Amino acid sequence: MSNILALIEVSSNGDLRDSTSSLLAAAARIGSPVAVVVTTPGAGSALVERLGNLGAAQVFLAEIDQGGTLLVAPQVDALAAAVSTLAPGAILTVNSVEGRDVAARLGVRIGAGLVIDAVNLRSEGLTIVATHSVFGGAYTVESTVQGGPMIVTVREGVIEGAADAAVPVVTTVSLTSDASNSAVIDEVIDVVVASTRPGLRGATRVVSGGRGLGSQEKFSLVDQLADALGAAVGASRAAVDAGFVAQACQVGQTGVTVSPQLYVALGISGAIQHRAGMQTAKTIVAINKDADAPIFDIADFGIVGDVFTVVPQLIAAIESRGKK
Amino acid sequence: MKIIVLVKQVPDTYGERTLDPTTGWIDRAGSDAVIDEIDERALEVALSYKDAHKGTEVVVLSMGSKAVTVGLRKGLAMGADSAVHVLDAALEGADAGWTAAAIAAALTSTGFDLVIAGNESTDGGGGVVPAMVAEHLGLAHMTFLESVDISADQVAGERATGQGTLRVHASLPAVISITENLPEARFPNFRGIMSAKKKPFRVASLGDLGIDPAVTFAGVGRSVVLQATKRPARTAGTKIVDEGNAGVELADFLVAGHLI
Repeated sequence: MSNILALIEVSSNGDLRDSTSSLLAAAARIGSPVAVVVTTPGAGSALVERLGNLGAAQVFLAEIDQGGTLLVAPQVDALAAAVSTLAPGAILTVNSVEGRDVAARLGVRIGAGLVIDAVNLRSEGLTIVATHSVFGGAYTVESTVQGGPMIVTVREGVIEGAADAAVPVVTTVSLTSDASNSAVIDEVIDVVVASTRPGLRGATRVVSGGRGLGSQEKFSLVDQLADALGAAVGASRAAVDAGFVAQACQVGQTGVTVSPQLYVALGISGAIQHRAGMQTAKTIVAINKDADAPIFDIADFGIVGDVFTVVPQLIAAIESRGKK
Repeated sequence: MKIIVLVKQVPDTYGERTLDPTTGWIDRAGSDAVIDEIDERALEVALSYKDAHKGTEVVVLSMGSKAVTVGLRKGLAMGADSAVHVLDAALEGADAGWTAAAIAAALTSTGFDLVIAGNESTDGGGGVVPAMVAEHLGLAHMTFLESVDISADQVAGERATGQGTLRVHASLPAVISITENLPEARFPNFRGIMSAKKKPFRVASLGDLGIDPAVTFAGVGRSVVLQATKRPARTAGTKIVDEGNAGVELADFLVAGHLI
């Protein structure tokens, strides 16, 4: 089984990001997972056992002092070093901003083809096939790389399950990145999400609000239902443009694409741009005053009504079930 | 200061966008083509800098089919000084790797201090070309910037990531990409539209840029589409009108589906 490199994202305080488990699970589907991690010298050994528990058969620790100061150059250098020692069958990164940057620069450096935003991976003989969900799920596309190495960015949180735990073989290398062609990180303003709500990307449940909520104050109804369901909070572009909620919550064409088990759309008309970001949800629920809102065309359960009467009743019903 | 703005022609998101089932490529004839809105915002960043710093030169650059001419002309009408169009039949169906190589060669031949792109297109949505271009050129990149501060010898900004925000800077020359957080673009005015017709417009083939695909891309991996299938459209399920009990009915629906 060929080695599959998986670039593990580490937070600024040295913890493994939540994406680690699903990226190693993705690697295990097509080969033997090798976790590649950039750490400050000496800090990596603390991560090895957890990476093994999450399925890493090997751990490649790249000790680089500049990990926190140079923008992605250390990660690119770490993967390039791992590629030259481990001759991998493919290289995986998370389809995050950082992961895509690393994939992009590494791809040019080693002459690899890039497969972006895969939602699944499988082997067919010697070929690795990636599945994508294109135009907001309107198309399913399968792709591969021919004629050279393959780098895949994997959509966060979509690959379910976990790789089998292993006791990893550890390789440690010490590297120095070239600072002359890298941007410099001056400060990490790590927005620690104050609430205990799940993040939007990769959430299994999402409650989104639209312009129908009316104001920033009234948008708190979305937060309340999200908390009752243990869901992440999303929004339509109209709600973001109206200033009800931060842009980071925007679901749709120009925002985040989600594929949760449950998507609840409150006061969202369902413009094509919004649907592109959520129509692959397993179950869609919509509540809207306008009986002709296009969101009802794709809703599994639609209610024509006022969100401010229906939602409180729903929350009460959920809470009374919880008490039983 | 010479700023080059990368623009991409995309199918208008206000229409239905389709893929060609045999190639898996975007069916560009099937929908109206427009400059991607994010690229217009990138151009606005350059034009606002030019407004405040006389002597700044702004170039719009695109790779794509003949249809791209319209978008580049719009960029000129908005205020760019010249346009470069990389046009070559061999680039039809180019993946991100070929695209980035062609753009990097065109940038080198044009010369620049700063390259500005949109963070990701509304069609492919890969968001990788700016960083690939930077690697080709051996320059720093900063993608997904939510704010941009250009000075004579460096560019700084805040970079949005799913995990938080980073304050970053890079010495010029550099390659950056910007997010929707930056201001909307200005509209071309009549004077701009008239003067656009007289501005320099260079069309460059791969040969003009010194690229022979058989040599340049030998041994380089290329992403290829194996299959593209249209998903069956979602259909509407139950739809009720609230008569005072809809919240409870919805709770029952969620219970039945094991969703609560």
